[in-house]
Amino acid sequence: MSLSREEVLKVARLARLELAEAEVAAFQAQLSAILDYVAQLQQLDTVAVEELAHPLPLTNVFRPDEERPSLSVEEALQNAPQRLGDYFAVPAILGSDEGPVSH
Amino acid sequence: MTSSAAATSLSSHGSARPIVEMTAHELLALQERGELTAVAIAEAFLTAAQQLEVHLRSFLWLDAEEVLRQAQAVDLRRRSGQPLGPLAGIPVAIKDVLCTKGIRTTCASRILANFVPPYDAHVIERLKAADAILFGKTNMDEFAMGSSTENSAFQQTRNPWDLQRIPGGSSGGSAAAVAGCQAPVALGTDTGGSIRQPAALCGIVGLKPTYGRVSRYGLIAYASSLDQIGPMAHDVTDCALLLQVIAGHDPRDSTSAPLPVPDYRGRLNEPVRPLRIGVPREFFDKGLDAEVESLVQQALRQYEKLGAKLIEVSLPHAPYALAAYYIVAPAEASSNLARYDGMHYGHRTRHKADLIGTYAKSRGEGFGKEVQRRIMIGTYVLSSGYKDAYYRKALKVRRLIKQDFDQAFEQCDVIMGPTSPTPAFRIGEKINDPLAMYLSDVYTVSCNLAGLPGLSIPCGFTREGLPVGLQLLGPPFSEETLLRIARMYEAVTDWHTRRPKLPVPPSPVTS
Repeated sequence: MSLSREEVLKVARLARLELAEAEVAAFQAQLSAILDYVAQLQQLDTVAVEELAHPLPLTNVFRPDEERPSLSVEEALQNAPQRLGDYFAVPAILGSDEGPVSH
Repeated sequence: MTSSAAATSLSSHGSARPIVEMTAHELLALQERGELTAVAIAEAFLTAAQQLEVHLRSFLWLDAEEVLRQAQAVDLRRRSGQPLGPLAGIPVAIKDVLCTKGIRTTCASRILANFVPPYDAHVIERLKAADAILFGKTNMDEFAMGSSTENSAFQQTRNPWDLQRIPGGSSGGSAAAVAGCQAPVALGTDTGGSIRQPAALCGIVGLKPTYGRVSRYGLIAYASSLDQIGPMAHDVTDCALLLQVIAGHDPRDSTSAPLPVPDYRGRLNEPVRPLRIGVPREFFDKGLDAEVESLVQQALRQYEKLGAKLIEVSLPHAPYALAAYYIVAPAEASSNLARYDGMHYGHRTRHKADLIGTYAKSRGEGFGKEVQRRIMIGTYVLSSGYKDAYYRKALKVRRLIKQDFDQAFEQCDVIMGPTSPTPAFRIGEKINDPLAMYLSDVYTVSCNLAGLPGLSIPCGFTREGLPVGLQLLGPPFSEETLLRIARMYEAVTDWHTRRPKLPVPPSPVTS
């Protein structure tokens, strides 16, 4: 199978990835080759087979709902690309094409 | 720094050997006998690491002062008669995918280039409690995606046996550091072969434990149902030592198995008898290098001489494992890596954009090509209209692969075959052909899909002097037996004692 340019761009949009123009063409060829390779699974009859998402026979792992220490505000913010006091500064979501809030 | 890489220690039978060529268990014994200090060990490895780094480029971060400070603390406690942990004074190189509190952890990615974790991974806590010396962070394929360490955003690690060749991957920095005698042991992680394949290509021992044996808390996720942390070392005994420290239940990883941890070293030298070795014909298929096949066959004959019985077993779905892996792993990766959005940590674009645009630009700038490729594949196979045909189909095939192993282990105690279809290839050889690169994992991925423990041990060298690995696969939680079986072979061979001859520059190189 061969992925179209539009399909590559659609997947990139879903994946929140901005691709350089040259990458779109390269991905078109490479992703098509990889999808061709993995398509060999279609040769197998799996109608009666249950999916296996996880190799361990563990189910419903619970822990007591108890208060425990967590990261301090400083620790949580230490890697913030931009901070504003005790908050993460992010680009405006609504009604502005400005960058991160600055007030 | 006072001593040099040529620092030696007299062994019990009087022959001098360089400290850096010794195993962790030898270094532990010498410290216990008072013949060597943790500081002397740290200095020897620091000198070697710094001198060889110009060739190997194994480390993304190594702080000599911090290493010496830890070593001095161990010596001080030993002198004052305080009890010490099982890895006291042993330098352990850490793959840069494991969170280390206060120490930059990058996953060899630009998106995490400045990330300093506010907490330690479970295995790092365990190493500290065992009085091990954290000895730097090692290079890797970005986010552990790759088989050659060429996908690191920062540098190219080289194979200590041939500097023109790749060390394997994704734990290539850890493998090169141990094989090149920059550190005696290391931690790696294995999602589709990333401990075993570089161990094979660098001539060392690498163990991927059973899924759930070692807590993944603080391991930066690639594919959560496949990832496991494990030891890389010169020999089986060191692997047992390291596994003993890192294995065990941790409530912070809900997939960590609530099972007791056996004493891995206790019966290590006791041969497993009778021993039935399953040899799957699917592991000796076309695409397997003739020299690799011949060395693996010789290793199997060696086991026969030790009294083992070879049984032909069949893993009929093994040829489909790579295809299933390259759906399941990218699918999980595309979900796991969605967290890198440039908001709370990691790279954020400097270009002005709206919220979605900021995500897309930050990720486009921060992720390398292979990571983008896998995110794209994962997103595609999970997208509406394709999920059943790709992702759910792959999960069904995953069950068939696991059932093959369950049936095979009714007839045998261990399955053996090659770890990698070829010895180490040349740098650049496969970088533009992702599918050819993926085929390096053809014998290792089924173990991750089925959640089994897998071990690679050195079993010889090609005519060109490149190491080859023998892969041992066991039933879930059979690490104790697997290590004993590997030790049987090691005890009658000397591949694990070989060390590469590396050119040492005239003066120490500091980075």
